[in-house]
Amino acid sequence: MEGLERIVAEHPFFAGLGEAFTTLVSGCAKNVRFEAGQYLFHEGDPANEFYMVRHGNVALQLNAPGRGTVTFLTVGPGEPVGVSWLIPPYKWTFDAQARELVRAIAIDATCLRNKCEADHDLGYEVMKRFMTILVTRLQATQLQILDVYGTPA
Amino acid sequence: MSTALQLDPIAAPAAADPLIPHVARVLRRRRDGPDVWTLEIEPDPAMAPFAPGQFNMLTAFGVGEAAISVSGDPAERGRLVHTIRAVGAVSSALTRLDRGDVLGLRGPFGVGWPMDEAVGRDVVVVAGGVGLAPLRPALYRLYAERARYGKIALLYGTRSPADILFRAEVEAWRRRLDIDIEVTVDHADASWHGRVGVVTNLIARAEFDPHHVAALVCGPEIMMRFGVMALRKAGVADEDVYVSMERSMKCAVAFCGHCQLGPVFVCRDGPVFRYDRIRDIFAVKEL
Amino acid sequence: MAGAQQAVVTTQGLQALLDALKARGFRVIGPTVRDAAIVYDDIASLADLPRGWTDEQDGGRYRLRRRDDDALFGYAVGPQSWRKFLHPPTQRLWSATRNADGVTVTPEPRANERLAFIGARSCELHAIAVQDRVLMGGQYVDAGYRARREGVFAVAVNCGTAGGTCFCVSMHTGPKATLEYDLALTELIDGPEHRFLVEVGSDDGRAVLAELPHRAATRADTDAAEAVIARTAASMGRTMRSDDVAGLLARNLQHPRWEEVAGRCLACANCTMVCPTCFCTTVEDMSELDGSATTRTQRWDSCFTMDHSYIHGGSVRPSGRSRYRQWMTHKLSTWWDQFGTSGCVGCGRCITWCPVGIDITEEVAAIRGSDKG
Repeated sequence: MEGLERIVAEHPFFAGLGEAFTTLVSGCAKNVRFEAGQYLFHEGDPANEFYMVRHGNVALQLNAPGRGTVTFLTVGPGEPVGVSWLIPPYKWTFDAQARELVRAIAIDATCLRNKCEADHDLGYEVMKRFMTILVTRLQATQLQILDVYGTPA
Repeated sequence: MSTALQLDPIAAPAAADPLIPHVARVLRRRRDGPDVWTLEIEPDPAMAPFAPGQFNMLTAFGVGEAAISVSGDPAERGRLVHTIRAVGAVSSALTRLDRGDVLGLRGPFGVGWPMDEAVGRDVVVVAGGVGLAPLRPALYRLYAERARYGKIALLYGTRSPADILFRAEVEAWRRRLDIDIEVTVDHADASWHGRVGVVTNLIARAEFDPHHVAALVCGPEIMMRFGVMALRKAGVADEDVYVSMERSMKCAVAFCGHCQLGPVFVCRDGPVFRYDRIRDIFAVKEL
Repeated sequence: MAGAQQAVVTTQGLQALLDALKARGFRVIGPTVRDAAIVYDDIASLADLPRGWTDEQDGGRYRLRRRDDDALFGYAVGPQSWRKFLHPPTQRLWSATRNADGVTVTPEPRANERLAFIGARSCELHAIAVQDRVLMGGQYVDAGYRARREGVFAVAVNCGTAGGTCFCVSMHTGPKATLEYDLALTELIDGPEHRFLVEVGSDDGRAVLAELPHRAATRADTDAAEAVIARTAASMGRTMRSDDVAGLLARNLQHPRWEEVAGRCLACANCTMVCPTCFCTTVEDMSELDGSATTRTQRWDSCFTMDHSYIHGGSVRPSGRSRYRQWMTHKLSTWWDQFGTSGCVGCGRCITWCPVGIDITEEVAAIRGSDKG
């Protein structure tokens, strides 16, 4: 357990969490690895656990008839894969595939949600961090959909 | 063995009338993208050598003139290289010129990339779309004088894999061991196995010392705005960020008034600007 | 100008001046009445000058009115300025012909003429100096402008009548001519006596004066001239507090007044056409149908056009608000950053010739009134 706590504490996402909260979070965590090409989860799967990437890149994908599989974002070390565990119906809205060997911390979503409900201070720390991720990703998505390189009409 | 330093030329005194074009011949034409062509032009010895980031005014006789950044190697005096995106009548006419055709040339004009100021520092080059073209001369200079700089990273983003400019060359650069190159696309297709997402995402993960760096940013203005934000988030000071601005240009010598951006003339005081110097005007809409 | 040679000439002397300049080969240009306005054109004799005319000017209003004397310079300034001759509305830059080897570019040959300006007002001398700085004072020199400019013989006139929209006093550009001129005249009318105090400003001016019938100036003459100038200075049509305008506008780029004036401005570009310091141009390339020859012509342009700021995709300044702001902040504020002077000489033309009477002095006062900081 000690090794896992150290890994959680060292992950950039959890920086500054403090010993007590790190222990709480580690209680829901485990070390995982995915081989190149392996899927972390599929669209529609229940969002039971989410991942903090430590090494490697993960492609977030959607499949559409006629278009095949399209990657709309790649996520790398230091970043989380999956935010749909935060809100009902707690289901994944895309596929996530390891582009190469990926090492990550997997966190049990139900476990963490329950601990956040029980301890609002922990909940605030977790939500604050996810809010940063969400806002940053939203800003980047805004830029992405603006199609700034596109040929002007 | 001494390494000859390439000093950027001081703008040649305007002995010749800067409004009269030289006539030059196209040596080679190559398609570099869906609407992008690169022309290699026989240089006119009467024109001063260019510095990375400078531009020339190219005339398609009978159609008009456009400001196009030089995109070739400043060390190579035998040919003048321009990468042109066909977006209007003049640029389209220029991209239709072929080997043996002539065009008009005036220049070089403008303030280029801070190759001297960046010596001794890490250099992060952030390019978006066709923005890689005005940065390519800077990259050639960085590679040629590698020892003078710290870590070098090129972060390059385009709309899609088909829009990657100079792809074979970028891949060759990527094989070097002494520079970091990351390429990302906004919209991937099934054949793309690289990074997907906006180029600014790459800044957080790039390895450089934010307190000892020169960041060179070139691309659509929105992308540069987001790029500056991401660089700031990574700890880079505005004084260490350089952007390349674009405005309507008719004369390139601060006579016609078109390229004004608040108090500066993009043709004379730019197109490369240290970001802190234009920070306030950069933020004003429709200035 | 203390210590400068002074003399007095009559109207005969003035005619002799025009003749002397013509004899020296100058193209003599001065004010004349045409189409109910006083414009600048070639003149041959005093008969061409607007004798006995004055102008009534206000926002969006210009009328000529008969004076009750025979003053030759009894008006302010009309819609044109000397810019018409120094930085012409259209000029061909070069022509190119296609041949077997390629293309040959031939710069347009320059007209071989020297210009003499009769009746240049102090504000106009300042405007010429402002354009000198723009077109000759930087890294590059407009060769055509310099060629036209260098030979100019300037006969200045110290204004005896302030215009309804004049504010040269506020801009420190007049009414007394202090910048470079060859000769400066102050018109003095005392009942039947019609004379001009002449001040010499250059060796060329001295040489020309020597050929004219003249007498020495007396204390009475110089006192009378000073009184005329003082009277003019005291009767300016407009005022503008000018010491702080550059900073005022620079920190009020989002002031609501811009939206308000945009509601009135037609973006007709009149102000930029009549302004003596505006220098924006554009170029047009035209060719023969068979492509054998091409010319590039430079012509006056205006920041009020949508084309002025057009880059691929659209104009940087699509709204009237942004274009009006561009014109006024350039003229009064960023001109300082670019050239170290104001771009405005207080001539009032932009106020007079605006179809809706937008008044730059009023706009500045309005913004100052609720300065954001």
